Amino acid sequence: MKERLEQLKQEALTKVEEADSVQGLKDVRVEYLGKKGPITEVLRGMGKLSKEERPVIGQLANDVRESIAKAIETKQTTLEDEALEKQLEEESIDVTLPGRPVQVGGPHLLTSIVEEIEDLFIGMGFEIKEGPEVETDYYNFEALNLPKGHPARDMQDSFYITEELLMRTHTSPVQARTMGTRNGKEPVKMICPGKVYRRDTDDATHSHQFTQIEGLLVDKNVRMSDLKGVLNAFAKQMFGEEREIRLRPSFFPFTEPSVEMDISCKVCGGAGCSVCKKTGWIEILGGGMVHPNVLEMAGYDPKEYSGFAFGMGPERIAMLKYGVDDIRHFYTNDIRFLEQYHKA
Amino acid sequence: MLVSLNWLQEYVDVSEYTPEELAEIITKTGIEVESVEPVAEEIKGVVVGYVRSCEQHPNADKLNLCQVEVGKETLQIVCGAHNVAQGQKVAVATPGAVLPGNFKIKKTKLRGEESNGMICSLQELGIDEKDVPKEFSDGIFVFPEDVKVGENAVSLLNLDDIIIELGLTPNRSDALSMAGVAYEVAAAIDGTYELAEEMVQTSDKRASNYLSVVVDDEEANPYYGAFVIENIHVGPSPLWMRNRLTAAGIRPINNVVDITNYVLMEYGQPLHAFDYDRFGSQTIVTRRAKDGEKITTLDDQERVLNADHLVITNGEKAHAIAGVMGGAESEVQTDTTTVILEAAYFSPTVVREASKNHGLRSESSTRFEKGVDPNRVERAGLRACELLSKYAGGTVLEGVVSHDNLDRSEKQVAVNINTINDRLGTKISNEDMSDIFRRLQFTYEQEGDVFDVSVPTRRGDIAIFEDMLEEVARIYGYDNLPYTLPEGASQAGGLTQNQELKRKVKSYFEGAGLYETITYSLTSEDKAQMLVSPEVAEKAVSPVSLAMPMSEDHGTLRLSMLPELLSSLSYNVARKQENLAYYEVGTVFISEEEQVTKQPEEVLRASGALTGEWVTHPWQQEKKPIDFFVAKGILEGLSQQLDLSFGYEKAKLDYMHPGRTAVVSVDDETVGFIGQVHPKLQKQLGLKETYVFDINLEVLFKKYQKEEKFQAIPRHPSVSRDIALVVDEEVTSGTIEKTIADAGDPLVKDVQVFDLYQGEHLDKGKKSLAFRLLYLDPVRTLKDQEVEEAHNRILNAVKEKHQAELRG
Ligand SMILES: [Zn+2]
Repeated sequence: MKERLEQLKQEALTKVEEADSVQGLKDVRVEYLGKKGPITEVLRGMGKLSKEERPVIGQLANDVRESIAKAIETKQTTLEDEALEKQLEEESIDVTLPGRPVQVGGPHLLTSIVEEIEDLFIGMGFEIKEGPEVETDYYNFEALNLPKGHPARDMQDSFYITEELLMRTHTSPVQARTMGTRNGKEPVKMICPGKVYRRDTDDATHSHQFTQIEGLLVDKNVRMSDLKGVLNAFAKQMFGEEREIRLRPSFFPFTEPSVEMDISCKVCGGAGCSVCKKTGWIEILGGGMVHPNVLEMAGYDPKEYSGFAFGMGPERIAMLKYGVDDIRHFYTNDIRFLEQYHKA
Repeated sequence: MLVSLNWLQEYVDVSEYTPEELAEIITKTGIEVESVEPVAEEIKGVVVGYVRSCEQHPNADKLNLCQVEVGKETLQIVCGAHNVAQGQKVAVATPGAVLPGNFKIKKTKLRGEESNGMICSLQELGIDEKDVPKEFSDGIFVFPEDVKVGENAVSLLNLDDIIIELGLTPNRSDALSMAGVAYEVAAAIDGTYELAEEMVQTSDKRASNYLSVVVDDEEANPYYGAFVIENIHVGPSPLWMRNRLTAAGIRPINNVVDITNYVLMEYGQPLHAFDYDRFGSQTIVTRRAKDGEKITTLDDQERVLNADHLVITNGEKAHAIAGVMGGAESEVQTDTTTVILEAAYFSPTVVREASKNHGLRSESSTRFEKGVDPNRVERAGLRACELLSKYAGGTVLEGVVSHDNLDRSEKQVAVNINTINDRLGTKISNEDMSDIFRRLQFTYEQEGDVFDVSVPTRRGDIAIFEDMLEEVARIYGYDNLPYTLPEGASQAGGLTQNQELKRKVKSYFEGAGLYETITYSLTSEDKAQMLVSPEVAEKAVSPVSLAMPMSEDHGTLRLSMLPELLSSLSYNVARKQENLAYYEVGTVFISEEEQVTKQPEEVLRASGALTGEWVTHPWQQEKKPIDFFVAKGILEGLSQQLDLSFGYEKAKLDYMHPGRTAVVSVDDETVGFIGQVHPKLQKQLGLKETYVFDINLEVLFKKYQKEEKFQAIPRHPSVSRDIALVVDEEVTSGTIEKTIADAGDPLVKDVQVFDLYQGEHLDKGKKSLAFRLLYLDPVRTLKDQEVEEAHNRILNAVKEKHQAELRG
């Protein structure tokens, strides 16, 4: 019997080895380990054995069963792994094919620039104020030291709706309106972005509608050096630490003294090139100390209060920063333009 | 203002600076230099030549054969100019010369004759066509007789000059003259300058015996001065004067006109010369024009006047529109011998009105409009007299005939140096301050820290302390101001809730796949009334239009952003960009008045326009065109962002597809609409199926409640049940959904449509809608029985309200 068991074991192990599918293995299990299998058969014939032999053969039979079962199990794992591997092989894809596109949109370049500027000034403690685009002559001009018939009104040829109403030519009326709410006492620290309108024929550098951001600070003891410090901080953050700024005298009816601010040309580093018209400088904004007439009309005592104001054009900044060559691009909404600027 | 550096050098010594350095200094102290350009490109080898003889070319009718003496040698030159003649002194480019455009002159043969150089026109020497005197405009230039043969023609013609162009701000009209520029430059570089005294020789005759002056309106004409000059010989003005006028961009004409123009440029005071014999009387009367009065001006235009205009008359007839333009009748002509020279002060507003009305902006009118220096009016007249006697043979009669009510006093502005330092953030000393006023040539009296400054009348722009503050700051140097930060109480900057929400909405749209656009607020009258949301249309009585639009396309304020957004889509589609998803956040302008008198209400809205494919993923055969539900999904996402719930009700709106349009509401208030653009309009715009939405953001923002509290995540399981209902086709999904939600309240937390079926398995006119219901109680586990009861309630309700049958 011993020989018989050894023989069965060898037979079974060979068959396990030869099995090439999970089903084949199952067959081997049934054939050798099943209730009707030869090992069971052998165990059934144990009654004929002596008392001494019985446990020995019993043990042996169990060992044989176990090693067969173990071999089957091992083989099973191998076969399963092989099958999985094959399946995965079949599932292989071309990873270079394009992915399913995700629908993306993005902000308009002007919005990005306006929000960047807003955030810079919010960081310096400014609040954002907005106001109507259809303004009264009073707030657009008179409250800003531009009485009717003032020659400087020609600088801002405007779209009138009635004698008293017009499309605002700048966002400064928002400043006048905000100052007017402070009873001539509380300080004002604000910026006002928005759309403005001028009587211009649309071409590469002119647009009858464009964007402006203006800023205003009114308080006791505001100095011109504060204007310089704030604008310097703004310019370095907006355009880069390495850029130089310079202020030079200018004229605006609502400020006195007035300034224009230039930043050093990025293209040539100040040596002079076509972008900066050979000057090494690029004009970026205008501003100055709030004119006493403007303060007075808003209810502040110009002896006690002073302030500074400044204004700039996001289109111009975008044109300088990104090299946009035609202001009309901002309003044509060509998808090939819009797509370019939301990636940054 | 064009400034010749050669001319300026005669007034202030600027020789130690390069033109670029000088430009930088001027810019930094206050007047922006816009350009620095040489008068002409570099020219070499052009000298004065004397035409010894000039004969017709033997082989060419239109050419001349000239023998031209240039210093030691005589050159044979073939010249095609019609005005070349024997005895002229001309500009000769000798062989080896270089003209502008790097044009090199060589010896050559023309029709068989040697030509050793070229006789030049001014244009060939680089002078702008418009600045060339008329007599030389289509031929060679001829020098006056007194120039020396062989002399360098380039410097004789001032072609080696540099012109700096000043960009003057409206306040700095003092620099609209060479004298003014000289004062400014002297202050900037700490140099010296003073306007030279006029030297006039007069005859024994008194001008007042030849002329009298009557001024009718002293406010419009506070000063009128007239000089009389006899024995005038009209002819060309001296070369140097012509050169300077050319440099200033003024075309030389004849000595009398050139002299008035020269003094205009030198002093900034416009002058006018009348022909005494053609004036028609011996009395000058200045008065307001009569309504309908006519005058033919120098440009041969007949102009109709009114009482806004001031005229210079002979007592009867107008001979000039004051400060704007003279009349043709009394114009100085070649036979003029006696001249009346007008030096006057006309009120800026009167001149401004006239130049505006007649579209005549000239060098003269611009200066009067800004206000001329009252202390230079008469002096300018004297200066012109001096030049007329020197260069036009004139004899100046004794005295100026005038009517004078002009205020020539200097304004006083007191400045306290401490206030100056407080306002600038500087520590300027009393000595520095005195030095600044010295450079500006402002006189002052000092008492301690207070300087009482007299402002020269040439600086009409300075009237108050702040003006003086600017003067001090700019001479001190803006560069020298320190950098400081405001010292006031700090406030926390930030966005308001609405500003934050606006940003949130924009980034939501962008995340949802839309590009932001910005379109014009001013549109055409037709577009302004298209695609207007019903609640806006109801309110807006008529669109707001500009009084004088520049074009029909931008004459009316929009009531909807959609028409311009659709134009943007068209623009792109025409350029083969066909898949587009755009939005805009902006204001529309609503006026409730028939005739606008008040500011319109400006309402913040969001609009979207989508066309083409939404998803395209070709190799997986995935393709999804934009349809109503893509657009609606975007709006539903918006409502979720703002934690609001939108209602949709089918509607018929102009320009919209009648079966695919819905009005959108929140809490039963109409806030906008959504749908497909009417196919007719689509076709007109060259668009395929296009979907739009337009919604009032202000109302949404008002309804938005910022959820501050944390909402517990339910710990108890939800139960989901599906039902499929068969209903009549017309019954909308939305109404059933509402019935389910109402009947299932409070256990039903969510109702979702997951299937729509119409077809062969159903009766005609019927459809099946399948809903997934979510039952949940956040604080406990629901019992089966409760769910069952609620579910039955729902089934009864839909059966009762919509005759809905459960689909078997
Ligand atoms: Zn540059």
